[in-house]
Amino acid sequence: MAWFALARFARAMITILVVVGFAFIVLRLSGDPALEILSNDAPPEARDAFRSAFGLDQPIWVQFFDYMTRIAAGNLGNSMREGRNALAVVIERIPITLALSVPAFLINVVIGIPAGILAALHRNSLLDRGVMLGAVAGFTIPTFVLGLLLVLVFSVQLGWLPSGGARSWHHAILPVLTLGAGGAAVLARYTRSAMLEVLGQPYIRTAHVKGVPWRLVVYRHALPNAAIPMVTIIGFMLGQLIAGAVLVESVFAWPGVGRLLVASVVSRDLPVVQCVLFLIAVTMVTSNLLVDLLYGLLDPRIRRGGQA
Amino acid sequence: MKGALLLAEGLAKAYPLRGGLFARRSQILAVNGVSVSLNKGETLGLVGESGCGKSTLGRLLLGLEKPDAGCVTFDNEVMPSSKAAAWRRLRARMQLVYQDPLGALDARLSVAEQVGEPLVIHGIGGPAKRKARVLALLALVGLSEQHGARLPHELSGGQRQRVVLARALATSPDLLVCDEPISALDVSIQAQVINLFMDIQQKFGVAMIFISHDLRAIRQISQRIAVMYLGRIVEEGITDDILHAPLHPYTRALVSAVPEVRKPRARRTILAGDPPNPADRPDGCEFHPRCPVAMSTCSNLKPLLLGSGSRGRKVACHLAAANASQPLGAH
Amino acid sequence: MRELLTIEQLSVAFGETRAVRSIDLQVRKGEAVGIIGESGSGKSVTWLGALGLLPPSVAISGRVLLDDQELLGAPAERLWQIRGKRVAMIVQDAQSAPNPVLTVGRQIIEVLQLHRGMGERAARAEAKRLFDLVRIPDAEQRLKFYPHELSGGQNQRVMIAMALAGRPDLLIADEPTTALDVTVQAQILDLLRDVQRETAMALVLISHDLGVIAEVCSRAYVMYAGRIVESGPVGDLFATPCHPYTRSLLEALPSLDGPLQRMNAVSEGTPGAGLSRHGCAFAPRCADRADLCGRVEPELTADLLGRRVACVRADHARPLEVVA
Repeated sequence: MAWFALARFARAMITILVVVGFAFIVLRLSGDPALEILSNDAPPEARDAFRSAFGLDQPIWVQFFDYMTRIAAGNLGNSMREGRNALAVVIERIPITLALSVPAFLINVVIGIPAGILAALHRNSLLDRGVMLGAVAGFTIPTFVLGLLLVLVFSVQLGWLPSGGARSWHHAILPVLTLGAGGAAVLARYTRSAMLEVLGQPYIRTAHVKGVPWRLVVYRHALPNAAIPMVTIIGFMLGQLIAGAVLVESVFAWPGVGRLLVASVVSRDLPVVQCVLFLIAVTMVTSNLLVDLLYGLLDPRIRRGGQA
Repeated sequence: MKGALLLAEGLAKAYPLRGGLFARRSQILAVNGVSVSLNKGETLGLVGESGCGKSTLGRLLLGLEKPDAGCVTFDNEVMPSSKAAAWRRLRARMQLVYQDPLGALDARLSVAEQVGEPLVIHGIGGPAKRKARVLALLALVGLSEQHGARLPHELSGGQRQRVVLARALATSPDLLVCDEPISALDVSIQAQVINLFMDIQQKFGVAMIFISHDLRAIRQISQRIAVMYLGRIVEEGITDDILHAPLHPYTRALVSAVPEVRKPRARRTILAGDPPNPADRPDGCEFHPRCPVAMSTCSNLKPLLLGSGSRGRKVACHLAAANASQPLGAH
Repeated sequence: MRELLTIEQLSVAFGETRAVRSIDLQVRKGEAVGIIGESGSGKSVTWLGALGLLPPSVAISGRVLLDDQELLGAPAERLWQIRGKRVAMIVQDAQSAPNPVLTVGRQIIEVLQLHRGMGERAARAEAKRLFDLVRIPDAEQRLKFYPHELSGGQNQRVMIAMALAGRPDLLIADEPTTALDVTVQAQILDLLRDVQRETAMALVLISHDLGVIAEVCSRAYVMYAGRIVESGPVGDLFATPCHPYTRSLLEALPSLDGPLQRMNAVSEGTPGAGLSRHGCAFAPRCADRADLCGRVEPELTADLLGRRVACVRADHARPLEVVA
């Protein structure tokens, strides 16, 4: 188990490095920040000064090497627009994003999982069809369309809720609902198919043969087995806590990490963009790591290799 | 041995045991020093339980896998590597029949196309000649032209195994290696497929290695039997010699484990324990931990496969060797 | 001996496919009964249907009486009290039958708590005793193992221990040794036979292997295409089979002794062809077929010396010594 954990950790580190390196190269090739951040009629000397201040006049591999050395030392550079530490710029936006994504994640889990389980237990019933219809709808309607629909109904037509901004908790309701509905739909579908798969397994019949009451068959025999494949999707959702809100934040003008990313990309504020991508990579990789460890916890076949 | 079609000496094959990036490397010795000879037109039954290496041995004999040690000679020539063109040419003369006929057949091709496929691959005959040959092959295994037009899933299990057999016979091979060819079939169907194997033997004089765990089926088809345990042959000889007077305690247990309808409830030798794990082989005789008559020698000295009496009987057991050396043989 | 379980006119249909067709069957207290049949004969479906283990979409009719209690259509709560307690069952694939995420000990303790009202500690001690009973070495330790850490033979022993945990009156063993190696098969058969005798439990052994049935059972039913075609005491049944299908099964089983001869094989027939609405299902494969066989489905004869057969040619085929 120790080796297992260590190997996974090493792999996680390598993944982060690859993501960061890739992002660096793609961003450098995508345009000149000096043209975007300084106005178009800025004198050439000013542009040159800007370039040398951020090391943009160096060959790309020198820039890359510098960048990696700085990351290793914990320095992610300064924002080109605000001149402040890029990491600080990003970090102050994180709680704002989490204020959306954490409640949305709770909605995913609290609605999606029970809906999926119920649908599977009452397969082909009206309940199942209803849940699946909702799930497919939530699954196929893009988040921004759903967001705009909600705005149309609750802000424009009914006037109950604000359509954008982040001044009070009222402002959070629509974006949280938008995020929550999509995730719940995905989770309901996964839960249902994981449960159906498990319910068809021979050990479920064994439990029935043993005279285990239906309720206990579900709780004791089906759910622990269905949890194993579901950990993957839940882990993926956890990994999206920061990155998953980009669209919704844009639609609702919510000043979180997602909007910062969009704004920074538009203005070629490379250190900030890299910093966001770095953070996203870290959360993704961390949640993957968590998933792997959880697998071991849930599934004795992984925890204890055994002979068979 | 002159006139031997297939001769294998000291074959060994080990597989690495997967254990992840950092885990300790270990390996499974699937086949461990096996010598086999097979005359033209002869059938050798290869018996043993799961994990004894009988399937691996079958693949080694066909050259499908490269042995770690030892060598195989087919018709007095050393078996070429499975990547060589020479091996591909040789492949027309030796064929493999698997346990699962549905898996061995292509679900989208008609039966006739599949039976004719080896002819196309090896460039035998023209289109018209091939067609006639396919019909003859189908008739040979008891299938009609109508069957030839069908897809595999439109046939029953026994019919599918007939198709596989017809395909294997298409190139008129000298050697068939059959790996559990009847164990997936229903009992009442097994009988006809066994009969078919017997007919083919008689008509074409094709040599066979018949791999099975079913002694009853093996008896019907094989002139000789080799019993395998943990990658080694522990007893070998003429079929009824072995079945009626097994010398090795493992063979004795196998024979007595066969449930008999005609004289049930006889005394049985029931072995303790499970078939052994090839990754964890015991010292001395591989069989000693389960052997009902093991002696102290057995746990530290590996018995050799030695000749015992006439008729090519061989056995690898200290006790059997001791008994045989006494003037009054038990049998 | 009294009837423990009586099945009357049981039929099971999956939509259009009639898997079991009006079968009658009795199991007496403490008796070992064999059910012989090949794939698709309905031999397993009969018991799944009888115990209410088939999905509700499957149409089941007839009567299944345990003592005098009707099981078909009984409320779920009553079936939970019967399954695992009065009637236990083990299946062919012992490797996938136990729950992979629970220790085997936990799964036995579950039965002891459900059906014998035992506390954790008493149940653990009893589980160890059961492991000893089914001859699992080092029982105390093995209780903590997960199914994937045990071999196929060991898992089948675990399943037997689990079945015995509720002290059932009837154990249904569906091809319990088919997936196992021959030497292990002998061990498990031996174990089943000993347990059945020692506990006076009735045993229904479902198998396609006549040898297995002959070794364990005193009476047997032969099933073909969802019907019982012959039944009787095992010794008589195998010595003088009356139904051509039973005979073909026996002839398909070569012996290890005696002169080597070509087997008397029955033809295979095309899949589905035997299930025509009229006539005997075995007729298309039968060498003894008469004109009548294609038109009339024969009924089981009345009990004669414990034997019944469903074949219009049975009188002609029946050896004289049985009638005498």
